[in-house]
Amino acid sequence: MTDSPQEEGLVLNGLTKILGGRVIIDNLHLVVKKGEMVSLLGPSGCGKTTTLRMIAGFLIPDKGDIVLNGKDVTTIGPEKRPSAMVFQNYALWPHMTVFGNVAYPLKVRKLAKPEIEKRVHEALAMVNLMHHKDSRPGQISGGEQQRVALARALVQEPDILLLDEPLSNLDAKLRVKVREDIRDLQRRLGITTVIVTHDQDEALSISDRIAVMNNGKIEQFSTPQELYDRPETEYVANFIGSLNHIQGGFADGQVISGTEVVGIRPEDVHFSTEQVPGSYPATVQLVVPRGHFCEVYLKRADVELHAFISLDVPLAGTSGFVKINKALIYKDGKLVRVA
Amino acid sequence: MAKREKSRAKSSSPVVKALLGIFMLAMAFFILGPLLWLAIHAFVTNWTYPNLYPDGWTWHWWTQIFANSALEESIRNSLIISPIVVVLSMIICLPAAYAAGRMNYVGRKTFLIGLFAANSFPKIGLFASIATLYYALNLMGTIVGVIIIQLLGTIIYMTWIPAAAFASVPRNLEEAARDAGASKFRVFRTITLRMAMPGILVAIVMSFLASFDEAQGTYLVGAPAIYTMPTEMYALVENYPIQIAAVFSLLLAFPSVLLIGLARKHIVGGQLAEGFQIK
Ligand SMILES: Nc1ncnc2c1ncn2[C@@H]1O[C@H](COP(=O)(O)OP(=O)(O)OP(=O)(O)O)[C@@H](O)[C@H]1O
Ligand SMILES: [Mg+2]
Repeated sequence: MTDSPQEEGLVLNGLTKILGGRVIIDNLHLVVKKGEMVSLLGPSGCGKTTTLRMIAGFLIPDKGDIVLNGKDVTTIGPEKRPSAMVFQNYALWPHMTVFGNVAYPLKVRKLAKPEIEKRVHEALAMVNLMHHKDSRPGQISGGEQQRVALARALVQEPDILLLDEPLSNLDAKLRVKVREDIRDLQRRLGITTVIVTHDQDEALSISDRIAVMNNGKIEQFSTPQELYDRPETEYVANFIGSLNHIQGGFADGQVISGTEVVGIRPEDVHFSTEQVPGSYPATVQLVVPRGHFCEVYLKRADVELHAFISLDVPLAGTSGFVKINKALIYKDGKLVRVA
Repeated sequence: MAKREKSRAKSSSPVVKALLGIFMLAMAFFILGPLLWLAIHAFVTNWTYPNLYPDGWTWHWWTQIFANSALEESIRNSLIISPIVVVLSMIICLPAAYAAGRMNYVGRKTFLIGLFAANSFPKIGLFASIATLYYALNLMGTIVGVIIIQLLGTIIYMTWIPAAAFASVPRNLEEAARDAGASKFRVFRTITLRMAMPGILVAIVMSFLASFDEAQGTYLVGAPAIYTMPTEMYALVENYPIQIAAVFSLLLAFPSVLLIGLARKHIVGGQLAEGFQIK
């Protein structure tokens, strides 16, 4: 399959933005396919919101272009851009009802009344909020407000949907439910979506691909699986999932002295009471229950590791054998080898 | 223990209620008492100290007021000047208030504190220096002169309150509207202005009252050519029976009460607070 221009929903080409005398976004490249859901993931202050605001049109990049469905929109104002944004704090208009909020974009487009009514009802039905259509934003719960904001974005039938940490104001349980709802809707409508988050769980579970950002740059852009299995930089390996992070080298399933960095996922550390090829003697030092698995601290002659074990959890003090199934080896922050 | 706490809370509440009741009654007495006294005096032929009841009831004072062309003219002046002052004040101050509301925090505070400081100088000194200017510009004893003087007193209300109201409209509510496709002007009209409206209404009411009640400057600049209701009161208190002043006070209070009544519904709506989390 070749990437024809038709399949590119959003192209960010060398975006650069300077704010307050600092380079906030630094020559950023990103190509999002049509209908794809992409997360911008990164720590606070890395420039996720700034990137999203440039895509939405609230900020004009100092350098670079933004191409939406083949059309250059770099300098077009937000009101003319075929994008719709869901704000972190929802930004619902308190003086309008739920219906009024969702109807606003259509009124602005001067649609006929019956058409507006029909489309608003469809959008509200989609997010299960018909029963609240005459309520004010202040009278409904946070999760419901979030859905109103989503309906207000979807009713515009945008070419691209932009979400800035849309779930951060919800409690943990609701967050999981709502993110699945969003993913469902996004798939059903096949709408190109960019979602900003600093929650890796959220990114890993709902995205087709994830762009991990650091200091205004994209460190890696790949599928959740790839990102986890083959983090291309040390930064990404540390940011995504959990990692045993050891200075040294790696040979024959053992950590040796060296100048590289060895990264070992706790899932890739295997403990057993029987010796298998590639395993070495170890003792269990500490067992910390983590819910559906236990974090086990193990000591081997060459290295101390923590492991995630969910079945046959050993007791602290027991001896056994530990095998390292996979190690990521980095040099100067870049992945050089997977062993 | 918990039970005792509870019973104590319960037993204290009637005391609090009683104190609150007494306080309210006292307030009512000091505020409504004089009003009641005025209201009665506006309709009595005579009512003096040893007598428990008025001598009789009459519309005489009211007809006398409306028959007196000087009094009538002062009412007309007030009803013409004050609305003009309010409208002019809106035209001049609201854009400034909007600009101040959109300034950064430091800029806005400096602007507003500056205005406040200028406003807190004794007025009479300001008026005296304005009077010299007025003589030079031939504004003494003119409607324009009175309007300008009264305008000065409304500026503080028409900038402070709306500036705070504009500032309290969260930016991302405006951005959300832009994102939804609205032009800048439409965003201003349907979101910013709409959400600042309760504040602007308060400012309109306050400015109207400030203008309507202004006597010092108006007297200095307007008399003897132009009298408004408050400046006419001076003459009344000296030259007419008390009942005429009572009628006039009621007339003076009437627009204020009416205006507050009309605006109340919109101001107490409380929409500003509900429905969004300010970032
Ligand atoms: N108008 C501005 N002037 C100066 N600096 C700015 C401006 N806006 C953002 N920044 C800076 O740019 C950096 C990136 O900001 P941005 O809001 O994009 O971060 P973010 O990745 O969204 O972080 P968070 O997860 O905390 O929301 C921050 O260091 C911020 O201080
Ligand atoms: Mg952000």
